[in-house]
Amino acid sequence: MQRRFRLGGGPACGGAIVKIRRMAGTVLLAVLVAVSFSGALFPRFSYAVQNREFTDAAPSLRFPLGTDDLGRDRFARLLYASRVSLLLASAASLAALLVAALLGGIAGYWGGWCDRCLTRAIDLMLSLPWLFLLLAARALLPLNASPLTSLVVTYALLALLGWASPARVVRAGVRSFRDSEFVLQARSEGLGEFRILWRAVLPNLRPILLAQFWTSIPVFILTEANLGFLGLSAGEPFPTWGSLLRDLQSPLLVRPEGFAPVAAIALSVCCFRLLSPKGRLQA
Amino acid sequence: MQMSLWLTRIARRLAALLATVILGGILTAVLVRSSPGFDTDERLLDPRLDRQSRAAIQAEHAADHDVVRFYARYVGNMFRGDWGVSSSLKVPIRGLIGSRLPLTAELMAFGLAGAWGLATLLALAAVRYSWWSHMGSLLSIVVLSVPSAALAVLIFASRGPVRAIIALILFPRLFDYLRNLLADAYSRPHIITARAKGVGPFRILIGHVLPVCAPQFLALAGVSASMAFGAAIPVETLCDLPGVGQLAWKAAMARDLPLLVSLTMLITLLTQACNAVSDWAVVRRAGARS
Repeated sequence: MQRRFRLGGGPACGGAIVKIRRMAGTVLLAVLVAVSFSGALFPRFSYAVQNREFTDAAPSLRFPLGTDDLGRDRFARLLYASRVSLLLASAASLAALLVAALLGGIAGYWGGWCDRCLTRAIDLMLSLPWLFLLLAARALLPLNASPLTSLVVTYALLALLGWASPARVVRAGVRSFRDSEFVLQARSEGLGEFRILWRAVLPNLRPILLAQFWTSIPVFILTEANLGFLGLSAGEPFPTWGSLLRDLQSPLLVRPEGFAPVAAIALSVCCFRLLSPKGRLQA
Repeated sequence: MQMSLWLTRIARRLAALLATVILGGILTAVLVRSSPGFDTDERLLDPRLDRQSRAAIQAEHAADHDVVRFYARYVGNMFRGDWGVSSSLKVPIRGLIGSRLPLTAELMAFGLAGAWGLATLLALAAVRYSWWSHMGSLLSIVVLSVPSAALAVLIFASRGPVRAIIALILFPRLFDYLRNLLADAYSRPHIITARAKGVGPFRILIGHVLPVCAPQFLALAGVSASMAFGAAIPVETLCDLPGVGQLAWKAAMARDLPLLVSLTMLITLLTQACNAVSDWAVVRRAGARS
């Protein structure tokens, strides 16, 4: 029944190059996720254990990326940070997308004053520099906030402030579907407005929502990294990609292995960009 | 008739701009005020303080507790030219922002000019030669994948030109859009006809392509100004440049509510003004063409 109201057409993007690109992105991301999660299987890779006899050690077989000034294994911390950042960025992206789908869907489908108010709110959110708002909100956490709290709050703020851009795209998508033939058909069959939204509009929005989901994850990863650089991500000893980048704040003292988190971030962001479809409407 | 229509449009636009700026300020004030650590003061961690000293420090924040009253008083004073005093730096906010704004404006102008120049040149080359398109895409993906703060440190550490960092951060965001826009314009029938008739590439670009792309170019120009300020925050902070971006970071770290609200209103005003100017140019252009 649900398929009756779907638009025709194949996948959102076609062509051999796109398929190869997405395949490469999937394989690379799978490897990155597998490596980062494999760290959890080995108790040796603990992010918090301090080897006092090996402080500031150079890379070796035992410590592939060396140790920091407290003797903590940089590789173990990078593995843990990869797990945390990938999981929480995905969760924040999903949360932002839910808010965007709800608000963008309401604005696009019902229109009128509701649409005008939400469009103004979206414009307002988009006109404020993200990083500035995040700085303001994140810096005001209590000084004694636990590392876990600061981490969760950072990503919750990303989700809270990141809904505006997807909401605008969802709104445009819903508006284009509102007067389409399949919605008219559903309406003529006597379906209520919410059922039309649920059974006719939402399934057709799937490519757009997926595109926004894959697009938001790298944005959140990069924003967290910038926040971490400025000292406003998770508190010690909890590692995230952003907090690991703080070592680069004194660039003249940094050794080449200090750039490993940058490489991990760049690789993951590239993977997500390769995966991200060009969410075009197929009306 | 035409004049009154224009005046009504301008008045509407100004009213919308003012409302957005005030809403932006309220949003920040509410966000800051409702943060769980709003009352926290580093001085309270000093174990030597007795109960009365602690109460005195907490009383200093009492005036900011009612966010509506704080904001109404603040906006009222602002219209009278009094932007208040920074609670962390103990300096009048107006002077503080005024002294730092030129550096940020210079950085942003340099960054915007560099990014637009580089992105336009590469996009034009990409439209004509696929090799340049691949090169541009690769460069764009690489730059977009590195956090802008890390990019700033890499250039700073390699003694590269600090003023070029914002241009490099903005370039990939502009390049992809400009390339698609130009490719779309070059595939239009009248431009294909002009090429078939032997019209020179420069004349096609100036006479046919740019007029087609102008509205989107102008809209992107408004958005890129906001992106440039976002990029200025980590660049100024990490490269120790005393601009408004660094001030925003310092205000956030010091939980300086008056300074944060002033900066939000200023940034919202500048962004909205840029968008309004680009919208106005688009409308004017459309009017002139019709």
